[in-house]
Amino acid sequence: MSGYLPDGLPIPVAENDGLSAPYWQGLREEVIRVQKCGGCGVLQFGPEWICHRCHSFDLGWTEVAGKGRIYSWERSHHPVHPALRAHGPYIVVLVELEGTGGLRMIGNLLGDPAQDVKVGAAVEAVFEHHEAAEPKYSLLQWTYVETSP
Amino acid sequence: MSSRSLRGRVAVAGIGETAYYKHGQSPDPEFKLALMAILRAAEDAGIDPREIDGFASYSNDRNEPSRLSAALGIHELRFANMQWGGGGGGGSGAVGNAAAAIATGMADCVVVFRALAQGQFARFGQGPQSPTIDGDKAFEAPYGMMSPGQRYAMKVMRFLEEHGIAPSAQRGIALASYHHAQANPRAVMHGRPLDAEKYDDSRWIVEPFRLFDCCMENDGAAALILVSAERARDLPHKPCYLLSAAAGSEHRCAAPSHNAPTYASSSFTTVAPHLYRMAGLSPGDVDVVQSYENFTGGVLVSLVEHGFFEPEAAAEFLTKENLVAPTGKLPLNTSGGNLAECYMHGLELQLEAIRQIRGASTSQVPDAEVSMVCSGPLVTPVSSMILGGEATL
Repeated sequence: MSGYLPDGLPIPVAENDGLSAPYWQGLREEVIRVQKCGGCGVLQFGPEWICHRCHSFDLGWTEVAGKGRIYSWERSHHPVHPALRAHGPYIVVLVELEGTGGLRMIGNLLGDPAQDVKVGAAVEAVFEHHEAAEPKYSLLQWTYVETSP
Repeated sequence: MSSRSLRGRVAVAGIGETAYYKHGQSPDPEFKLALMAILRAAEDAGIDPREIDGFASYSNDRNEPSRLSAALGIHELRFANMQWGGGGGGGSGAVGNAAAAIATGMADCVVVFRALAQGQFARFGQGPQSPTIDGDKAFEAPYGMMSPGQRYAMKVMRFLEEHGIAPSAQRGIALASYHHAQANPRAVMHGRPLDAEKYDDSRWIVEPFRLFDCCMENDGAAALILVSAERARDLPHKPCYLLSAAAGSEHRCAAPSHNAPTYASSSFTTVAPHLYRMAGLSPGDVDVVQSYENFTGGVLVSLVEHGFFEPEAAAEFLTKENLVAPTGKLPLNTSGGNLAECYMHGLELQLEAIRQIRGASTSQVPDAEVSMVCSGPLVTPVSSMILGGEATL
């Protein structure tokens, strides 16, 4: 097991039109990329071929900080994939990224799967690399920000 | 009445369904189930099935109108319609589409149907089995978010958190469905009652949903036939009129990776006002509601967004006593619905709403004149419809 969840879950890859390739490549390089519109400057995620605000097709990618707050969460108990059958509960969080105008990404909350989860709590990114997988890939995970005593 | 309205122009001629089975247990293939339900609806309507000239369905139903037309030997095909979108969000939308075709003269006799044989085809509640995944699902599946329950628990959790609602507020919805199923011999859960203790002791599937918050997965088929209001008055059953139908979702509801601006929603915030406007009715006029249960939390948010109570009053409103026929304040899912009658992808809810207007439900609401269906919360597009008896015209 090389990550928070057991090996054998579907490996994320870019679509055959390459729309999200810069995002997945970014995680390999330990950076979080979202789209930035060359027309109006709005940030956009998940990726699309057009800016939803100004309809420009001139969309580039920009790096954003690996910091955010828990927007929602769930604790999953029932296994819906063979790789999860003997695993037990795990936590999925929806994180609102700081400084992005409210963009959100899904990840796991690292640590005890039985821990309390608080909406609004500050979290930071952890890049989880799957080097033994074919193809290799990286996931974006989250952990509570350590608060000084 | 505005000419751009469906109010009172189209009526239900007949309804039909197959026996309902646990998933994988239908002795018949899916296409045959579809044919059986359509024939029963025609028989109930007192109409020669060859007179059907249109088909409407949703959720990419596999049983195509051209094959159905050939198999049934219908005289002429004039309308073949699919409401886009997965889940059960298209159930009322398909009825609206069929009614629009009749009201505008594109067809005269349209059947709305849905057939499922999950033994013959894949189940809904299982994650993708492929080694790689791309598109929107790539942002979810590697983190263990793969089933509809996992996708929508995230939305419902946010709604509960925003409004300070305890997950136990969902319980009364499950209890009402199971209560009604005990009176309904068609129901898969007939003879298998549920009480509060059994609900509270049930395992979590994905918090905030317990086992009994989640719909079943079933095999079967259901169909209803629509004709013009004028024609329906000459048919055997008491006419049941379509007063309104609306479908859709909020601004950028499908923004990928859970980026909908109105995230904590069942997707009905823009649809419900259109529904009431066409019907010329308000929530207080509604006698009985069938609200699609993929998950009870979705029903909770649907009922809020259709104006039946404020979110903060959810726990107080959603007691079993308030939700059961004949005495409840708002009888809900009176056949047992997706939780306890059959997961006929919600179309069993349309049939039940019609039975309430006919006075033929196994959990009849006395003198029901306004009967609502909310189809497929949390997905996009969603849809809802209101049916009425003669007195509502």
